[in-house]
Amino acid sequence: MRHVISLLIENEAGALSRVSGLFSARGYNIESLTVAPTEDSSMSRMTIVTSGSDEIIEQITKQLNKLVEVIKVVDISESAHIERELMLVKVRASGKDREEMKRMAEIFRAHIIDVTESSYVIELTGNQRKLDAFVGAIEPELILETVRSGISGIGRGDRVLKL
Amino acid sequence: MVLTGAEIVIRCLQEEKVEYVFGYPGGAVLYIYDALFNQKQVRHVLVRHEQAAVHAADGFARSTETVGVALVTSGPGATNAVTGIATAYCDSIPLVIISGQVPTAAIGQDAFQEVDTVGITRPCVKHNFLVKDVHDIAATIKKAFHLAKTGRPGPVLVDIPKDVTMQKCAFQYPENVSMRSYNPVIKGHQGQIRKAVQLLLEAKRPMIYAGGGIVLSDAAEQLTKLTRLLGYPITTTLMGLGGYPASDRQYLGMPGMHGTYEANMSMHFSDVLLAVGSRFDDRVIGNPAHFAEEPRKIIHVDIDPSSISKRVKVDVPIVGDLKEVLDEMIRQLEAAPTRPDADALGAWWKQVEEWRRRDCMKFKNSDEIIKPQFVVQKLWEVTNGDAFVTSDVGQHQMWAAQYYRFDKPRRWLNSGGLGTMGVGLPYAMGAQLAHPGAPVACVTGEASIQMCIQELSTCKQFRLPIKIVNLNNRYLGMVRQWQELFHGERYSESYMDSLPDFAKLAEACGHVGLRIDKPSDVEGALREAFARKNDLVFLDFQVDQTENVYPMVQGGKGLTEMILSSEDL
Repeated sequence: MRHVISLLIENEAGALSRVSGLFSARGYNIESLTVAPTEDSSMSRMTIVTSGSDEIIEQITKQLNKLVEVIKVVDISESAHIERELMLVKVRASGKDREEMKRMAEIFRAHIIDVTESSYVIELTGNQRKLDAFVGAIEPELILETVRSGISGIGRGDRVLKL
Repeated sequence: MVLTGAEIVIRCLQEEKVEYVFGYPGGAVLYIYDALFNQKQVRHVLVRHEQAAVHAADGFARSTETVGVALVTSGPGATNAVTGIATAYCDSIPLVIISGQVPTAAIGQDAFQEVDTVGITRPCVKHNFLVKDVHDIAATIKKAFHLAKTGRPGPVLVDIPKDVTMQKCAFQYPENVSMRSYNPVIKGHQGQIRKAVQLLLEAKRPMIYAGGGIVLSDAAEQLTKLTRLLGYPITTTLMGLGGYPASDRQYLGMPGMHGTYEANMSMHFSDVLLAVGSRFDDRVIGNPAHFAEEPRKIIHVDIDPSSISKRVKVDVPIVGDLKEVLDEMIRQLEAAPTRPDADALGAWWKQVEEWRRRDCMKFKNSDEIIKPQFVVQKLWEVTNGDAFVTSDVGQHQMWAAQYYRFDKPRRWLNSGGLGTMGVGLPYAMGAQLAHPGAPVACVTGEASIQMCIQELSTCKQFRLPIKIVNLNNRYLGMVRQWQELFHGERYSESYMDSLPDFAKLAEACGHVGLRIDKPSDVEGALREAFARKNDLVFLDFQVDQTENVYPMVQGGKGLTEMILSSEDL
């Protein structure tokens, strides 16, 4: 089962490697991991997408909590939540493809943020499925390069992850 | 008061009332050693290898209720310390390791004696720090001691670059530590404790299973009181030996791979199992699927939530300090209107006694050749069961655990989790320094002792009258045993030729060495050794080469699938 774990951690050198080292040492999966400081710059917030049985997820959250610098851990996928990921795609855009690409970006509510004579960079935000769908909708040979941020997640409504 | 970083380090150790620092100087820690030179309060023990520095600090901590301290230089000093740190980590031993680092400006330049110490040790410490500012030294060391000894204890490393130790700032040792990210749970959940007590009172085939946590939390007294109050059978793991008096009737010995028949059968067939400060390790319960076949309710008390429901599913988890939780259990039990079911308990004890009558620890003694078990039995007699006993890793470790019956906690020092050969002698050094005048025996083998044998020279320098009980069978005994049983008697590289003459080696280091060949000389040699109060005596017992450790649960097998003796093969 896929899980999205959000955590607050002290914004210290080496904090990221404590988390990633824990996953590799214990053989847990990381599908994606994003991290950045919060509005309080002494803390960072991480979103980790992982998978495993209920027992493994229980161990993952316990082991994360055990790290001295980890302040709070929540499995946000246990209830209603929102996931967003950013993707930048560089595509070939010349001849008839140029117009087609523009139309495709509009359909997916993406933005073209860089234009040259032969290429566009398209910015797209959404959940993983939407991003996958966009990549699937474009001719593979037109894709020059893609980069994805990994997801950030947040609970819906009153659920707040804060100190 | 303005001090250098190095002086601050030493002042912090003084504030923490550190008696001994085990270490080895080098370039990156020269200022710290200079600061050490100018004071008398913190004494330094110069080892011969950094691995032994950490093991000795670890032995000191295990035999007392204090935090052990080691001091090493950068690069190889730190990497040599890693085995010691990992050993302490696996057994949750509170240590503070201070390592020197190359100057801040040289970090990342592949400088002489530079390694990423914080990176290398990260997976085997409870926490570690790199101090980049002299103003942070005091607060960091305060945190290090706090982290090492609270919650589930463990080693904490503080890496300090050389330039930081020469910079100056005002010194003030913080009075307390507050960390928003670190607040271990101490008091157990009242509702859960109530559930546990209820379950214990309703049990028909109850069993208590205590691990190293009992020793670490100094809760042996509470455990003993609770066990006697209930009248239930109890087993303590390799790490928990001494956590309950071995001479008591309710005690069934150690469980697991080389545990007793009665302990394993009672664990397996219990209907309510109270696990305290233990972790259902693979050496204790064998195959977890086999263990789960028999239905039973499990109550698990531990300070570390991640130890609960890790290998077996637990019905009543209780997170908290064992002392607090057991005290509360005792209080509730004493106030409870009901008592354990006497008839059921009588029937259960009858069964347990039947298992005990198998007398699984019996062995065939000999007049011709020294049996290793016999040596440990005699050691127990000669020391009245009251010595500090350390061991290395292998057959001798199991025999020491099986035949030396520990009645008190913190008397048995061994590497249970990591299984590190070579810990025995440095553990004995730590224990002897912590308990001057007390009998300290290092039960070892001719292979293990060679892994830290350089410390014989440290023992001379610091006048440590340790008794080394070498069960010399000329084989890597446990490897040989597995090769005999599971690898068609192909003894691949488990025979060690060209062994040193240990008695002479001991003499060369200024100690007393004795070689013992005959069973009739065993007791006399032990008595002579312990009578020499001021000498380290190296007793080189030439023991039976073919002796194996039984009972045995083969790796991957279930607890009830035991080989009781060679006749079962």
